[in-house]
Amino acid sequence: MKIFDRFQEVIDKRHEYARDWKARTGGKVFGNMCIYVPQEIIYAAGILPVRILGSHETQDVAESHIHQMFCPFCRDVLAQGLQGRYDYLDGMVMAQTCLHMHQAFNVWQIYKPVLYSYFLSMPSPVSHKCDEFFTAEIKSFKESLEKHLGSPVEPADLKRSMEVYHTNRSLLRKIYDLRKKEKPPISGTEAAQMMLAGLIMDKEEHNKLLVELYENIKGKNEGPEEEIRLMLLGSENDDIEFIKLVEEQGAKIVIDDICTGSRNFWNNTTLKGDPIADLAAAYVNMPPCSIKNIGARPGFKHTMDLAKEYRVQGVIYAIQKFCDTYQFDFPAMEALFKEQNIPILHLEFDVTLAVGQVKNRVEAFLEMLRVSAFELV
Amino acid sequence: MASITRYETRTLECWPKAKELRMSFYKEVARARELGKILVSGGSAVIQALPAGLGDYIFLGGEPYAASVSTDMAFQQSCSEAVEARGFAQDMCGYVRMYLGSMYRNQFFFGGEFPRPHFCLQMTVCDSQGKWFQQVSEHLGIPYFSIDYPGSRNGDDWYDRGIKYLVDQFNEAIEWMEKVTGRTYNDELLIQAVRNECMSTSLWADVCCLNKNVPAPLEHKSMFPLWVIGVMMRPRKDAVDFYSILRDEVRERVKKGIAALPVEQCRIMDDNIPPWFMLEMYRYLERYGAVAVGSHHTFFLAGSFETGPDGSLVRARTPDERGLPLRTREDALRAYAIWHMEKHFFSDQFSSEVLPKPEMFVRTVREWKCDCAIIHQNRGCEGNSQGGAEDRLALLHAGIPVLTYEGNMVDKRELNMVQIKERFDSFMENMGVRKIKD
Repeated sequence: MKIFDRFQEVIDKRHEYARDWKARTGGKVFGNMCIYVPQEIIYAAGILPVRILGSHETQDVAESHIHQMFCPFCRDVLAQGLQGRYDYLDGMVMAQTCLHMHQAFNVWQIYKPVLYSYFLSMPSPVSHKCDEFFTAEIKSFKESLEKHLGSPVEPADLKRSMEVYHTNRSLLRKIYDLRKKEKPPISGTEAAQMMLAGLIMDKEEHNKLLVELYENIKGKNEGPEEEIRLMLLGSENDDIEFIKLVEEQGAKIVIDDICTGSRNFWNNTTLKGDPIADLAAAYVNMPPCSIKNIGARPGFKHTMDLAKEYRVQGVIYAIQKFCDTYQFDFPAMEALFKEQNIPILHLEFDVTLAVGQVKNRVEAFLEMLRVSAFELV
Repeated sequence: MASITRYETRTLECWPKAKELRMSFYKEVARARELGKILVSGGSAVIQALPAGLGDYIFLGGEPYAASVSTDMAFQQSCSEAVEARGFAQDMCGYVRMYLGSMYRNQFFFGGEFPRPHFCLQMTVCDSQGKWFQQVSEHLGIPYFSIDYPGSRNGDDWYDRGIKYLVDQFNEAIEWMEKVTGRTYNDELLIQAVRNECMSTSLWADVCCLNKNVPAPLEHKSMFPLWVIGVMMRPRKDAVDFYSILRDEVRERVKKGIAALPVEQCRIMDDNIPPWFMLEMYRYLERYGAVAVGSHHTFFLAGSFETGPDGSLVRARTPDERGLPLRTREDALRAYAIWHMEKHFFSDQFSSEVLPKPEMFVRTVREWKCDCAIIHQNRGCEGNSQGGAEDRLALLHAGIPVLTYEGNMVDKRELNMVQIKERFDSFMENMGVRKIKD
């Protein structure tokens, strides 16, 4: 379908897209890291927020700035910054997640400073006061941005921006709902293309494509028989080649719970009441990244609910090497899935994909799932 | 040949007291339930004073316990194996692995079974801290409360907002603790514990500042058993009393020119958590007359500092000295929140500012009159290792020689002492520092 070609084109030529958007609109572009940045504020100011994604290329520029004991993704992101690939950015914003990404953000600011940068303190949802804290934090961010721009973010613009993002999340949710079908109308690869492009594109443009996509696929009920239904679980995962590799073995990733996937849109703003408080509540209560999955681990229930709703037969737990927080969660997650008789495959990723090794492990995992499915029948 | 100045050295008189305090502390932990005490476990960097209002309690901090575990190679290995057998990765936080391993094996390093806390209390500072006691809580089936640290330094009101956020959460925690223990919270006990914690951390900072003197009255390896008192038990009166005695004794040493080492050819600012099972590395450096005088971790985890009138780092004035009221629960919680917000250990490493630590590192090197720095690229602790590469670059930019070595604070599998010694030798040779004994 041409729409997915368009999504892939945006992903492959993300820098050209951003430069072209600047030229077309006269607007600015801000880079952002991790899912908790309240992008609506940035968009309301007429700025395009673009998520910094991985390049999946080896490099040697980040190692003298971040020790190798930190995750490959944060070093990949920093390397791109140091190499000047994002030199067109007018600003960068991050909301606190892990120390790995925090380092990448900090070092980027030192060696490739942008005109505007901001680091929001993002609470872990452990206290009733989290929403209040993050509301104040977002207000502070908005004021800082307005000061930098020399003009206020008008209430009407914020309202419009929130509506655009609200629509985007709603559309993505509708499309994801279709993946519950016996024969999901889009593959995991296509879903990843859709999601990743959305993290880079102007949301209004993305929304138009999503509407078109939804109309094209809502009645679709065809596809290969007996494909194993998988869930992709983990942190950041923009490795479309990996997803393709999995699905080429006769499986379909029908749902994900990852930071570059459904976590971005699963919860939505209400568009009611104070917009800043509305934003704060939506972001604080997002299905959490494992670093925010504190206390009674609210994220686990969400993950298990997804697995049930999408009738998942197996889970691929794909995390970045050296990611402490996802490593922490794995044994408990594995135990929960075991209780549901859902096997889980644990993979650690580096900047580049060890194709042979990963393919072997995925093949073996799928064979095991097929045998189990056969025995159940 | 240039003559070498030799200094008088003397063992610290209060040294046995430090050892006694530490051992009796762990005996108390082991017998806490039998003694009718509330046993709380959590990260030792923060909020130890909060449970004080419950009455007789003892706080088992995860980090110093884990450090002790790692000093026994066999115990260390068995803990690593126990944790890895449960599916946790080898490269996870070393302290977590030692503590969890000990728990899973139900073996307390100081004898007997692993003591079961009544509840866990934690602050989300580094990536591991929030998750650590989740595991403990789930495995032991005990309640767990987490407090979020306000890392924001944004906007004109960040300070007041952060304090309010902490105080609000402290109040939530107190309500929760009353519920899970069935005890009524005593504000007077809280006030005293907060006062003690501020005093003991201020006193430790004073001790650290005395090491700016030449010759240094203390050397880093010997500082650890003294420092750990503040890490483990700073809200207690015995910690305040001990640090008062220690501070006075170190002042005397400075006055009389009593040094940690007989020869001081080179002063080193250390960094990060050392490999606890291989502290002999400091003795190796002493063969060069090289004295490590402290580190950011040693200074700022157990110590509270402020900038003095002359612009140098000095001990932080306590709430009483600053005229902050300490009459009510709100006063105490507010003073406690301020103490945490202003502590360099957090603001230099876990705030929204862009890497304040390199600048602080250079500052400590200069104020403590160091000739060089040594950075441990500690694979066992991401929190203390973050920004380490930038620390090195900042030091080099400031013209300060720096040596880095890779290792792990608790895992012998990730430390090669032969290589490290060779690095030390090369580094000292490049610095022009000659060995004074083999």
